[in-house]
Amino acid sequence: MTLVSGWGRFPVVDSDVLRPRSFAAVGEAVAAGTIARGNGRAYGDAAIGTVRTVTMTGFDRVRSFDPATGRIRLEAGVLLADLIETFGPRGFLPFVVPGTRFVSIGGAVAADVHGKNHHCEGGFGRYVDSILLRTGQGEVIEASREQNSDAFFATIGGMGLTGIILEATMRLRTVETGWIRERVICASDLDAAMRALDAGDSATYSVAWIDCVARGKDLGRSLIYLGEHAGKDELTEGAAAFPVGKDSGLGVPVDLPAMTLNRYSIRAFNEMYYRMGARRAGGSRVVSLYPYFFPLDSIADWNRIYGRRGFLQHQCVIPEAGARDVLGEILERVARRGDASFLAVLKKLGQGDGILSFPLPGYTLALDFPVRGDILNFLDEIDRLVVAAGGRLYLAKDARQSRATFAAGYPALQRFNAIRKSLDPAGNIRSKLSQRLFDEV
Amino acid sequence: MMSRKSAIVLGGSSDIGRATARAFAKAGYDVALAGRDVAALEPDAADLRARYNVEVGLHKFDVLNTASFDGFVAGLPALPDVVISIVGLLGVQQNAESDLAHAATIMRSNYEGPSLILGLFAEKCLARGSGTLVGVSSVAGDRGRASNYVYGSAKAGFSAFLSGLRARASHGGVHVVTVKPGFVRTKMTEGMKLIGPLTVEAPVVGDAILAAVGNKTDVVYVSGKWRLVMLIIKTLPEAVFKKLKF
Ligand SMILES: Cc1cc2nc3c(=O)[nH]c(=O)nc-3n(C[C@H](O)[C@H](O)[C@H](O)COP(=O)(O)OP(=O)(O)OC[C@H]3O[C@@H](n4cnc5c(N)ncnc54)[C@H](O)[C@@H]3O)c2cc1C
Repeated sequence: MTLVSGWGRFPVVDSDVLRPRSFAAVGEAVAAGTIARGNGRAYGDAAIGTVRTVTMTGFDRVRSFDPATGRIRLEAGVLLADLIETFGPRGFLPFVVPGTRFVSIGGAVAADVHGKNHHCEGGFGRYVDSILLRTGQGEVIEASREQNSDAFFATIGGMGLTGIILEATMRLRTVETGWIRERVICASDLDAAMRALDAGDSATYSVAWIDCVARGKDLGRSLIYLGEHAGKDELTEGAAAFPVGKDSGLGVPVDLPAMTLNRYSIRAFNEMYYRMGARRAGGSRVVSLYPYFFPLDSIADWNRIYGRRGFLQHQCVIPEAGARDVLGEILERVARRGDASFLAVLKKLGQGDGILSFPLPGYTLALDFPVRGDILNFLDEIDRLVVAAGGRLYLAKDARQSRATFAAGYPALQRFNAIRKSLDPAGNIRSKLSQRLFDEV
Repeated sequence: MMSRKSAIVLGGSSDIGRATARAFAKAGYDVALAGRDVAALEPDAADLRARYNVEVGLHKFDVLNTASFDGFVAGLPALPDVVISIVGLLGVQQNAESDLAHAATIMRSNYEGPSLILGLFAEKCLARGSGTLVGVSSVAGDRGRASNYVYGSAKAGFSAFLSGLRARASHGGVHVVTVKPGFVRTKMTEGMKLIGPLTVEAPVVGDAILAAVGNKTDVVYVSGKWRLVMLIIKTLPEAVFKKLKF
């Protein structure tokens, strides 16, 4: 038995961890209470089996690649970081990348991850053509939009609960360079931020970093980052068409005492961050894709900043109508508390593709909170606002929502459960998350 | 057009073998993978072709079958520029203490086979006047330890073979690299207690081998910390060392 947790380091659970080396061994590893795990970047308990956790990162082979079409077949453990580093210089990138490149293909499919382009280009699953799935029942099936389509759409965003993804075939986008033309817009409050995101609807990439300690007339003040793929002609003389993903060499070697993050340090940081951004506002510049898409990746183990007890991420999506009031109310409460992350992320989402995919047309807000005090009660109250507005929480970030919140947010749950049951009648595939939110007790 | 350089990895299916093949293919080498089970190497060959658009050959090679070595080398389409031997067998020390056959297999897998095959390639490279030979040995060969001296002694023999071969071959334009990886997180070490700061991942070893070939380094301790650790261990007087349960 090993102690296992997600990226938020809460909860920490005992599980039997296996690292199979062959697909046959994956099959043998499946027993009652098994879940697949990719690179452990889900924050909460999604990648922890109730009994057994099967780590897939050993499966890191590219099976085939067709440069004429950008179609690629991959084993589920290939990391996006590897894919970007290998195929970027050849002019290909994934269509969708989340805020860290250290996620596996299996994890990206299972969470149907969204990037800064969800509002116009959709989620990860949209570019997946087929998957090879090892079901809880013991079959290995190929699923696509045409073949085993129920299994396909339940697996996209299905948080590993339909079985273990062994391989996926997806499409890569062609790019001229690995650089992004970035434009920063400075928004003085929430209304301005939402307007700027709306205006950025036609931009390929858009995201807002909100200063979540700002209150009063400054509530929701933020920096909006719009981005487009840069062409070769936009690069400065002598710049390589594809930048190298350097590690800053920074890392967090130990758990910082929870004190380090307090309202004073956060306020000071945010003031500085906002002012630096404001100076760049209006103009545009060309930046490497690495800091643009993965701002936190250059600091290894940054999750330790929150101390040993870990932290919680709260990511909700609120349908467009009525979003302004609810987001305002949430931000107001968060600012009053003063212990949330330095920066909250606000962005627009479009329609999701999988049956349980998180995205729906509206605004998504993501916040981090250290685990302490009455945080669980506080988040329950926030959830009530989310549910009342017809919103939902992202399962890849969740460690604590209630069954009621979940059921209210995901009306397609019945359909998902029926498909899951047909793929796994004995109920072998289970995670701590499914035990908490889905499974019959 | 200048033809691409080529490298062959003996023991291609190991984690270090896969990582090394990737490092060389990424650097633009055509690679060949050699191992006991050629069919099992197919997915790795496909991976390298898809990733790096290089030529990948597969060859059957069994390090215990020394009688086949001449035929193996003669059967290659061309003499590679770089030959890398990653083969080795950790075995189980406790079993080797009483099971002579097991002890012999460990010795042959880590010393006899790798030395003979690299020696054979050395002759061909010397005849050509160029080439690099890489042997993956082990820090375990720097001093025999109570807990793994069968393996360690074979690695010690291999290290000594490589250093002698290096001294000789350097006069003929052929370079020999000895690699001592230390703890690597691989199939071989799964379940073992490894010391975190002294442990590296397989790709780090692959990159270190590629760099050593480029820089003509003689002996590589993949994690620099090991050079110091082994210096201390090597210089402990036998009377003290004997008492350590190590
Ligand atoms: C810094 C940071 C930023 C992030 N930003 C974003 C973002 O912008 N957008 C976004 O959508 N997400 C984001 N995430 C969340 C992350 O993208 C998802 O949690 C993703 O699923 C993690 O992938 P993983 O390989 O680490 O999977 P894990 O965390 O190991 O697993 C996640 C889920 O995938 C399932 N799974 C993994 N592999 C398989 C497989 N082979 N077969 C079946 N199921 C499998 C697991 O069972 C689990 O349910 C972020 C996370 C971090 C840490």
